[in-house]
Amino acid sequence: MIIYGVAILSFCFLMGKLLGYTLGSWIGIDGDVGGVGFAMLLLMLINLWMKRKGWVKMETTQGILFWSSMYLPIIVAMAATRNVNAAMSSGPVAAVVGVAVTLIGFAMVKVISKIGREHGPD
Amino acid sequence: MDLIENILIKNGLLFAFLLVGLLMLVSNFVSKTLLKGKLPGVAIAIFLGLALATLGGENGIADYSLFGGVALLGGAMFRDFSVVATAMGADLDKIKQAGLAGTVALFIGVLCSFFVGAIIAFCMGFTDAESLTTIGAGACTYIVGPVTGGALGASSEVIAISIAAGVVKTLVATVATPFLAKYIGLDNPHSAVVFGGLIGTTSGVAAGLAATDVKLVPYGAMTATFYTGLGCLLCPSIFYFIVRFFVASL
Repeated sequence: MIIYGVAILSFCFLMGKLLGYTLGSWIGIDGDVGGVGFAMLLLMLINLWMKRKGWVKMETTQGILFWSSMYLPIIVAMAATRNVNAAMSSGPVAAVVGVAVTLIGFAMVKVISKIGREHGPD
Repeated sequence: MDLIENILIKNGLLFAFLLVGLLMLVSNFVSKTLLKGKLPGVAIAIFLGLALATLGGENGIADYSLFGGVALLGGAMFRDFSVVATAMGADLDKIKQAGLAGTVALFIGVLCSFFVGAIIAFCMGFTDAESLTTIGAGACTYIVGPVTGGALGASSEVIAISIAAGVVKTLVATVATPFLAKYIGLDNPHSAVVFGGLIGTTSGVAAGLAATDVKLVPYGAMTATFYTGLGCLLCPSIFYFIVRFFVASL
């Protein structure tokens, strides 16, 4: 049943959010710290465990893959609902800071990617 | 006319599915025919989305009640839900292998963004520790900025600048990633994990990777999700004290 897949996904999502908010409140932040990451790990572990048990059915997986493929349109919708005007009009400081830090981040990808890669490129 | 508008507003989410579907259709058509695949359809669609957002204000196109459903579809709940779903295609071993690099990238990413942001703010005329810290925090993400500014009691103008800096970062990551990916070696899970940690703005990382190669999305999202939390933790505390120390010694 497709709903089983959606239900598993929802379970992972909610557990991840719960963990994220708990972690957040421990360190004094009213927010989600790593919730999506926890949820993703949980989903991968559950999927692995169910595969070993032989419980994974085509349809169950489809319930998750559907949402995975909805990702792109959701991102497009997100782009259409950003406050783009404010970002473009709030003066030079915001623009300079935003552009500079992003490009510096880009520039460091290659260097830091070398960490943990002694076994050659994958 | 009123009847149609009524139906579209009442079923806003479904109308949003239709709109985004059409937008993707047009984008893919433009990508294939006019640009001969030089720019992925997704990148064009995201760009069109951003262009549409300029028609509105705070919530982009969703400021018009007719397009309210787009805000629901593009909101945090659906976004995070579908990001989690992409983990189905991710390889746990590759994430383990990139774990150390990802963690290093997170700390360096927050540290660099903050101090570069604060230094630029200083060069552009801000001198008090609270404003410098808030703008530096905004250089991390548009959530870290206001959280930090609120905690330190920064002025609302400075908080607005910090949010704008974060949004600019998201936009730059979204638009520039597909173009720069090949120059920075962003073509495998390992560097995607690092990329997520360095850039950190979840929406920018997610959209940028989506426009580059959808297969990389889960790896980047995995680390980016910790970035805002780390920023909220470090900026109003340790980083603020460091900035205050420098400001005092000037």
